[in-house]
Amino acid sequence: MKRKVLLWLSLALMMASLYLVFIYVPTEKEMGIIQRIFYLMVPMGWLALLAFLIVFIGSILYLVKRTSKWDTLAYCSAEIGIVFTTLTLITGSIWAKPVWGVWWTWDEPRLTSTLILWFIYLAYLIVRSFAIEESRGAVFAAIVGIVGFVDLPIVALATTLWRGMHPGPLIFQGGLAPSMLLTLLVSISAFTSLYILLLIQRVSMKNDEMELSTLKRLSS
Amino acid sequence: MNFWSKVLTIAWKDALSEIRTREIIFSVLVFTLLVIVIFNFAFSANQQMIELVAPGILWVTFAFAGVLSLNRSFIMEKEQACLDGLMMCPVSREVIYVGKMLASLLFMLVIEAIALPGFAFLFNLAVLSPQLIAITVSTTIGFVAVGTLFSALAVNTKAREMVLPILFFPITVPIIISAVQASKLALAGEPWTKLSPWLQIIGTFDIIFLAVSFLVFAFIIEE
Amino acid sequence: MVADNGRPTSSLPSWAIEVQGLTKSFGHQLALTGTDLTVRPGEAIVIFGPNGAGKTTLIKVLATIMKPSAGSVKIDGLNLKDNAEEIRCRLGVVSHQTFLYSNLTAYENLEFYSRMYNVPTRTQRIREVVDMVGMISRLYDRVGTLSRGMQQRLSIARSLIHKPSIMLLDEPETGLDQQATAMLWEALKSEGKEKRTILLTTHNLERGLEVGERLLILAQGKITYDKPKQGLDLSELKEAYQHYTRVKA
Repeated sequence: MKRKVLLWLSLALMMASLYLVFIYVPTEKEMGIIQRIFYLMVPMGWLALLAFLIVFIGSILYLVKRTSKWDTLAYCSAEIGIVFTTLTLITGSIWAKPVWGVWWTWDEPRLTSTLILWFIYLAYLIVRSFAIEESRGAVFAAIVGIVGFVDLPIVALATTLWRGMHPGPLIFQGGLAPSMLLTLLVSISAFTSLYILLLIQRVSMKNDEMELSTLKRLSS
Repeated sequence: MNFWSKVLTIAWKDALSEIRTREIIFSVLVFTLLVIVIFNFAFSANQQMIELVAPGILWVTFAFAGVLSLNRSFIMEKEQACLDGLMMCPVSREVIYVGKMLASLLFMLVIEAIALPGFAFLFNLAVLSPQLIAITVSTTIGFVAVGTLFSALAVNTKAREMVLPILFFPITVPIIISAVQASKLALAGEPWTKLSPWLQIIGTFDIIFLAVSFLVFAFIIEE
Repeated sequence: MVADNGRPTSSLPSWAIEVQGLTKSFGHQLALTGTDLTVRPGEAIVIFGPNGAGKTTLIKVLATIMKPSAGSVKIDGLNLKDNAEEIRCRLGVVSHQTFLYSNLTAYENLEFYSRMYNVPTRTQRIREVVDMVGMISRLYDRVGTLSRGMQQRLSIARSLIHKPSIMLLDEPETGLDQQATAMLWEALKSEGKEKRTILLTTHNLERGLEVGERLLILAQGKITYDKPKQGLDLSELKEAYQHYTRVKA
């Protein structure tokens, strides 16, 4: 039931944000049509951070309580997070091409930090599969989930200082026009609701997977 | 008091074993010098070019050297289950972390103390400034703080040697960037004030990751 | 500090080892399934079990290097959860792995462990334990150059360095010849007047029957058999062992 509501809510919000992004919001003066990708990229980047925050919280709770539901939550959230980090990187480089003339620029600290983020959470997923026992793999992953998240602000700080502050938080320079802000907010809420839906779905799938493998073991 | 005497006992044991075998320092040192020489070929030894890329070469080399030597740190403890023996001693898990970390720090600093003059000699650079020493020591502390934690994690996985770099490099990116930038400034003869934002990042990283590693280490070694 | 003083003699706990409902799981795999076990101070018990029965897991949990998933463990009346460091001072552990650093000499290894256990009069104590296992002549040799059997003897010396009152022995006879085994058993059993509590795991039934005062069988993560030695003979034990360790289809 809860899932049905979320599904329809996400769908409605997505439709609304598509309408706002492509039809309602005016084209930005300097960057032109490409700026519209911003209403996708920012929510996806935000969602990745939210997902990794959940990984961080889930990891701490798993280490303290040692109940597998927290590990499952962290793991599923990390999967979604890495998908959205990848999408952020892709949309980011689509944006970079017309704006800077290259697919990838090291001059944009947010792009660089996102790439590092991607590597950290890739390690999170890898370390689990390398562990000799499943339960230790979960503990190791939790540790990467904690260490990685604590590292994020320092990564952001270092990459920003590295390339100077130059385009600044270009997004919010002089504030967004109200119509742009509205579009962004609707898009962010659409993606947040999508994230919650995906997380619930993935967690229940993972639980089913585990139940199945338990049953399999018992029957053999 | 008791905490530190046990910590030093563990570090002493590692140092003694290293003096016997020269397993870590000697081989990593040779590796370090080789990497410097190979980089020299890659950038075809033009003095102007060298000055531009030297800080990068230096820190890539030290980061690799760190991974190599930190990997050994816990592999040694896995032979004959020595880590189990350590864990049966009446000390907290944190003592083991700090002891192993101090030993690795010592090894890395010895390697760097020999490699830096070699670097200066081969690249014709004046690297022996107090600024550069401060950068090297503080960055190395950051390396061993996370490296010791991940080394303990890596030996308990199937692909021991592969796991450490996969974890180590992304996490240490901020201090590698900072060390490279600060070294660039130091080599250009800039004063401390110019370096301080970078040193602050390195210092913050060191403190945060010493604390975090200290807190989570027990979870890694306990089954 | 060392275990043999500082313990109030008036209120000696009735159990040296008291295990209740001990469970240890590795993910989905259950190594121990809610087992109980009590050992009186000074008692020597032998736990038999096939490979994978949970013997090593049990020893590791008692030795405080593995955390139990559920259940309680008390050593000398102290709760393992809250007094791990105090308990570690009272335990001596010998396993089929030696816990010795092969690059260090026998003396350096023992010196390291004696420092870790706060042993007073280290030099004297090291000589004492090495003498007990008959290794004085090899004291300054690197452990890596010694034979497997000699390393195992040193490992026993290492386990005794802090005069533990409880010995946990996980198949300690690996690499030892019969003569050495008998000699070492004497060293392990008691020192001076104090008789040690011993928990030995093995799958050698003859040997276990010889040394144990109580014989137990651990199968599928649980103690399923527990008999005093009196009136037990080898064939009876063999029968019981086969009965309890048969894999259920």
